[in-house]
Amino acid sequence: MTETHAVVQHGPKHQYHLVDPSPWPLIGAFCAGTLAVGGVLYMHNYGSWLLIIGAIAVLAMMAAWWRDVIKEATFQHLHTPVVQIGLRYGMALFIASEVMFFAAFFWAFFNSSLFPVGGVWPPKGIHPFEAFELPFLNTMILLLSGTTVTWAHAALLEGERRTVLLALGLTILLGLSFTGVQAWEYSHAAFGFKDGIFPSTFFMATGFHGFHVIIGTTFLIVCWFRAYAGHFKPDHHFGFEAAAWYWHFVDVVWLFLFVCIYWWGGGTAPAIE
Amino acid sequence: MTVTTFIPAKSTAVKNYLTAGFGIRSWLLTTDHKRIGLMFFGSVTFFFFIGGAAATLIRLDLLDPAGRLVQPDMYNRLFTMHGVVMVWFFLIPSIPTTLGNFFLPLMIGAKDLAFPRLNLLSWYLFNASGILAVYFLLVGGVDTGWTFYTPLSSQYATGHVLPAAMAVFVNGFSSILTGLNFIVTTHRLRAPGMTWFRLPLFVWAIYATSLVMVLATPVLAMTLALMSMERFLGIGLFDPAIGGDPLLFQHLFWFYSHPAVYIMILPAMGVVSEVIACYARKPVFGYRGMAYALMSIAVIGFFVWGHHMFVTGMSLYSGVVFSFMSFIVAVPSAIKVFNWIATLHKGWITFDAPMLYALGFVGLFTTGGVTGLVVATLAADVHLHDTYFVIAHFHFIMVGGTVSAYFAGLHYWWPKITGRLYPEMWARLAAILTFTGFNFTFFPQFILGYLGMPRRYHAYPPEFQVWNVLSSAGASILAIAYILPLAYLGWSLLYGKRAGSNPWHATGLEWMTSSPPPEHNFVRTPVVTSAPYAYPDPETLADEPAGRRPQA
Repeated sequence: MTETHAVVQHGPKHQYHLVDPSPWPLIGAFCAGTLAVGGVLYMHNYGSWLLIIGAIAVLAMMAAWWRDVIKEATFQHLHTPVVQIGLRYGMALFIASEVMFFAAFFWAFFNSSLFPVGGVWPPKGIHPFEAFELPFLNTMILLLSGTTVTWAHAALLEGERRTVLLALGLTILLGLSFTGVQAWEYSHAAFGFKDGIFPSTFFMATGFHGFHVIIGTTFLIVCWFRAYAGHFKPDHHFGFEAAAWYWHFVDVVWLFLFVCIYWWGGGTAPAIE
Repeated sequence: MTVTTFIPAKSTAVKNYLTAGFGIRSWLLTTDHKRIGLMFFGSVTFFFFIGGAAATLIRLDLLDPAGRLVQPDMYNRLFTMHGVVMVWFFLIPSIPTTLGNFFLPLMIGAKDLAFPRLNLLSWYLFNASGILAVYFLLVGGVDTGWTFYTPLSSQYATGHVLPAAMAVFVNGFSSILTGLNFIVTTHRLRAPGMTWFRLPLFVWAIYATSLVMVLATPVLAMTLALMSMERFLGIGLFDPAIGGDPLLFQHLFWFYSHPAVYIMILPAMGVVSEVIACYARKPVFGYRGMAYALMSIAVIGFFVWGHHMFVTGMSLYSGVVFSFMSFIVAVPSAIKVFNWIATLHKGWITFDAPMLYALGFVGLFTTGGVTGLVVATLAADVHLHDTYFVIAHFHFIMVGGTVSAYFAGLHYWWPKITGRLYPEMWARLAAILTFTGFNFTFFPQFILGYLGMPRRYHAYPPEFQVWNVLSSAGASILAIAYILPLAYLGWSLLYGKRAGSNPWHATGLEWMTSSPPPEHNFVRTPVVTSAPYAYPDPETLADEPAGRRPQA
């Protein structure tokens, strides 16, 4: 240590958010542990009661924790610009991590379809969905919802709350219709859940995506109520942006699912009459 | 390091992080990264001794060629328990969640991590998953090995495969949250003047590790979920009877589990860089090269997983590519070893306990790394695959490497963490015992493997007994070397001399604050004005710098 000299600084108070102690990490892990044990008991045929309790507990804990975060951000003004940038990085990394979840499914799909055990893909006896019927409708629905959420963002930047509510409401309706169409499609599939490798990859990948659509829709619904309550300001609305980012992520994953699994993996020539 | 900082004049007036609150709530609901680091230290120590107990039984069984101590089935459960606990509940969290949690914010001049509550959640999830794993490993056990290979795990294994997979799945969230937190912290919370190339190498190492944690862990989570679906529902992607591919499981598994080795070794490299610079009184040689090497190991480490699968029937051409990539990843690793040695060159070296551990690391890591090249060679691997040669190789990296560096860092920063000095001679004895015991335990396994003894067998031909007895004898030395620090570090908490804020005269922001640090690390945010490791050039000094070690 050659030159260490003391300098008393009278700079501004730091801009970080030193959070208060919170019970939610402890309770959250307890709920997650309950859910995990519930899952284990369910898989070992002890019934699903603990699984259901665990799932409800996790959801309740999430709501309570995020309620605290919203309080701190919106009413106590603790999310300074520096803190908001940190949240952006955090959300971006979370989405990156989610992308890798899907990487595993796409890997499994391409491993099975590029080198099919029976020599052909889709396997003999499987009648996949026609890509340019319902799946294409769903693609259009999701793309349209991507534009409406951007519309909502633009309106938010202009401070037009009524337009935000309209555009965001449309996005939510489109998200719900996507889930509805997907459910209808599942119930009319020409192959069963256990009919071999094609249904396995198909249902795992699209089902996991559908689960994310539901999460994204819930996130948007929360944002709609927050917009209704006037939480979002033109210069401070990261909660909305995070939901929009998540929605675009779900949207892009669907495009890959559509092109790879429905269109190319469906084995039918691109037929747009 | 030329640092302009505020030194608290009356440091006794400032409460440190340990005395800031005494109630149970002040610990269980804490958001202080230092307290969470200590709590992680407690947890990983607990799991280390659970995994160690399983290892002890394995070594006792192998004393006798007939393996009469435990039944074959019990033996399978023991090595699975050893693997699962040691990999996911000790090695992966060891350095990042304890030393990383404690020192990353201190070293970059931050008050805390970016998301302190997520940090606490990470600790709770870790414990929840750990308790689940250990409970099921004890009550019924899992006999698949820590790799959960299909179709053994999905169709034939009788043990508690699903609960163990569930525990590892939950543990993954803890790992992802920790990595995410560290990355955001490194990006956003650096003190004024702390540019990327002024970061200590430990911070670079934790940063590189965190990238791997965030990007590789999700793949493992999905792999285990798919395996569980196959076992539970009978659908799946790994069963050839329905058009699946068992090799797919191995690809997906190793896509995580090879980078996981870098989650273990990169933080260790960071610790060793800090320690060697301090006890050689020299800046780390080739600082930028060291930082780039850490990052390139993390990136290239994603593209070598296939070297675990050379003899599985995978395409020979992809085997060639994976072999080549594995040789490439040796280049940045070698750069690091050479630069540590160059740092020692003409330094004022003292053999304090952390330095002994760090020098042990360099030797053992090099041995482990070079034998890694042997098994990464396609032709040699045909002979060595699934033998004790592989066991010895990865224990040199994980135990000789990571655990040595963990102890190096623990001793090096112990005065900062606790404010107390440990008894130096006992610590040196433990360091020497670790190195000696380790070599006696694992070097014979190279010979055993080369002679053809396969891994995961509870009995073996009598001609292998001499090497196995030697290995078990070494393991008993190693056990003493691991229990010893528990005793004298515990003793130092009560009777150790008070450490000043900087007992080793080291550079780095963590030494600029009091020991133990105050609740929010620094009384005033420090301002950094130069590169790290600004130790005076030894060649300009006539004598050894005075006051190197705190005198009695």
